[in-house]
Amino acid sequence: MASLLGRFCRKLVVPGSAHGSRMVSTTSCDSEAVKSLNLYSAINQALHIALETDPRSYVFGEDVGFGGVFRCTTGLAERFGKNRVFNTPLCEQGIVGFGIGLAAMGNRAVVEIQFADYIYPAFDQIVNEAAKFRYRSGNQFNCGGLTIRAPYGAVGHGGHYHSQSPEAFFCHVPGIKVVIPRSPREAKGLLLSSIRDPNPVVFFEPKWLYRQAVEEVPEHDYMIPLSQAEVIREGSDITLVGWGAQLTVMEQACLDAEKEGISCELIDLKTLLPWDKETVEASVKKTGRLLISHEAPITGGFGAEISATILERCFLKLEAPVSRVCGLDTPFPLVFEPFYMPTKNKILNAIKSTVNY
Amino acid sequence: MAIWFARSRNIVSSLRHNLNLSGILSKRDYSPRPAFTNSQLSSRSVFLDSITSLRHESTAVEKQHDLVQQSDEEDVQELDFPGGKLGYTSEMKFIPESSPKRVPCYRVLDEDGRIISDSDFIPVSEQLAVRMYEQMATLQVMDHIFYEAQRQGRISFFITTVGEEAVNIASAAALSPDDVVLPQYREPGVLLWRGFTLQEFANQCFGNKADHGKGRQMPVHYGSNRYNYFTVSSPIATQLPQAAGVGYSLKMEKKNACAVTFIGDGGTSEGDFHAGLNFAAVMEAPVVFICRNNGWAISTHISEQFRSDGIVVKGQAYGIRSIRVDGNDALAVYSAVRSAREMAVTEQRPVLIEAMTYRVGHHSTSDDSTKYRAADEIQYWKMSRNPVNRFKKWVEDNGWWSEEDESKLRSNARKQLLQAIQASEKWDKPPLTELFSDVYDVKTKNLEEQELGLRELVEKQPQDYPPGFHI
Repeated sequence: MASLLGRFCRKLVVPGSAHGSRMVSTTSCDSEAVKSLNLYSAINQALHIALETDPRSYVFGEDVGFGGVFRCTTGLAERFGKNRVFNTPLCEQGIVGFGIGLAAMGNRAVVEIQFADYIYPAFDQIVNEAAKFRYRSGNQFNCGGLTIRAPYGAVGHGGHYHSQSPEAFFCHVPGIKVVIPRSPREAKGLLLSSIRDPNPVVFFEPKWLYRQAVEEVPEHDYMIPLSQAEVIREGSDITLVGWGAQLTVMEQACLDAEKEGISCELIDLKTLLPWDKETVEASVKKTGRLLISHEAPITGGFGAEISATILERCFLKLEAPVSRVCGLDTPFPLVFEPFYMPTKNKILNAIKSTVNY
Repeated sequence: MAIWFARSRNIVSSLRHNLNLSGILSKRDYSPRPAFTNSQLSSRSVFLDSITSLRHESTAVEKQHDLVQQSDEEDVQELDFPGGKLGYTSEMKFIPESSPKRVPCYRVLDEDGRIISDSDFIPVSEQLAVRMYEQMATLQVMDHIFYEAQRQGRISFFITTVGEEAVNIASAAALSPDDVVLPQYREPGVLLWRGFTLQEFANQCFGNKADHGKGRQMPVHYGSNRYNYFTVSSPIATQLPQAAGVGYSLKMEKKNACAVTFIGDGGTSEGDFHAGLNFAAVMEAPVVFICRNNGWAISTHISEQFRSDGIVVKGQAYGIRSIRVDGNDALAVYSAVRSAREMAVTEQRPVLIEAMTYRVGHHSTSDDSTKYRAADEIQYWKMSRNPVNRFKKWVEDNGWWSEEDESKLRSNARKQLLQAIQASEKWDKPPLTELFSDVYDVKTKNLEEQELGLRELVEKQPQDYPPGFHI
């Protein structure tokens, strides 16, 4: 069973937390209270703060009223009322369309799509409407107050329709932002930034980490900037780039690689669109090697964009081809999940072959 | 036994009718209720019991067995299901696919422009009526001149509103300026009514530097935040769920305003139609949905679009109050929209209006509708069912409009339009930097880089690029 999960059954120590990663906050927080929270609780806190600080903000989607299927919206309806936190009919295009209408009137609409696997009916509203709302109107109108949250990624038993990582589709759409947090503390800060960002944001939450990841999360209102990648582990031999739950796996690979004398630098991209090319470029110019890892299928995955860009910018500094350790080009399988996934050992193998190229 | 049983139903029915004992006579009831014993569940004993009760005219029997007479008229007993109580019936009856009669069309003016006696309608003052007529005529002139401009190659594309002037202007006249309009693309009359100038229309069609949309979209994709008219987008029906959100926002802000959104007959086949109506109904949002049923979605006739009695019957499926109106009758449209708007705002609910009309023009300048419909049909609607002429007759009959007014209006409108077009044509396009702005609220790094790169390229090889753009 543990091998099927391919990860850790115990509570995870989130990547970066033990390595003194910089936490960017709006206020000095040394003396601020923190609380040990899992991912869904951190997100819940962010939503409470968002609704508290802006009376014209709304949270809605399927089943959010009772707390949501992942408990991210617990307590919101009771506290802020059913006018602001409510269930919607089962219709993703309606959820996002309604959210665009609310946002266009100057409200903040934080909508939930129950699983990223079900976001596609809303794709027209996201791509043709939300992403172009400001541009096509000559800035007379905008729906910047829209934030779309969706759980994404492998969960051990999700199969085709409860495991997808659709971020690449959205990264190809000028006008929206795509944000993916790696941990509870990051999620709270990034979600608040996303909600308050004056552009429509698609926020993918790694569902695997909803309960599994526990971290000290400051209780106050803080934001983590978008489009700023973070070096969560410093190294000199190879740069690894990832996002979301995959960073946990990559960090384990880095630890194993260290035992074999390879010094790995690990970067959390956080925002995929628009992405922080400068941080990755600076790192690769230092290490000369790049490895990207994501759960989504390798062909056309976002790793390809990173690879192409870094190739353009760092060609002469590269000691080896850019490596991508990703999901296979298949629908996300059920019993074959351990074979499909970009596991720690696959990453470790790739690190070694890149370093030994 | 079998024969006796087969006849029993007839006996019961005739007894029911002849003796008017519907309250007492019982029928088989197979619902799983603990009060029933096995013998009571058999048809034979039930029938015998009913005969007994008939003889004794005893209501005690009815209570004891807890059986019900079921007919379409009486729901004596009800079943509880999520969603509330329901009567039930043992008669297996399908709701027919259509009503024997189609939903009638509300109209006030006959084809000769005379008010039909005993019509319900909201009276329209001379001032309002004249303004409505002027705008309908102006819209006609605008359509004609811009269409010709496209034919001459001066603008790339155009969509006319010919035949639908009443829907456009009368609906706009019935709204308040605070009502937020989410159009499809055949409702420029609403914008015209609110004050958008002919010059502004022309600027958008030419995509020049004065275009509020900054030249980013094809002609007829107007938008105006000043006049509460959301920018037109080409995808069909996407505005409908957005309208539900807009309406909800107005409700939450307690504004005396509603969302008003337009859609064609074709657009009602889109999933967003279902999404929009359902959300508006569930959220109790003040939204007026106006469907211009003009008979054609490009080359697709309504007989190929749906099998229902048009759109109006779909409203009830969502719990939405609906009306079918003669869309070529300006007074009827005015009354219906005005009433619907009041309902939406005061009762905080959506309303659906199906405006029956006809698309006299082609779908757009990229279409030649004689390829799929009879020229006779087009002529008929253009000449005999013309909404502008019909309203004109009424206005003239009231002594509010003369032929002199007519020729003055049309020649003025024509002149203004030609001037507007000439001016628009001469002006520069928006500066190149507007290619990159407004993708986000602030230009992102990659856009700044791309702008720099493009600028250098254009400076180096200007011959590759069209003139009229400032770098």
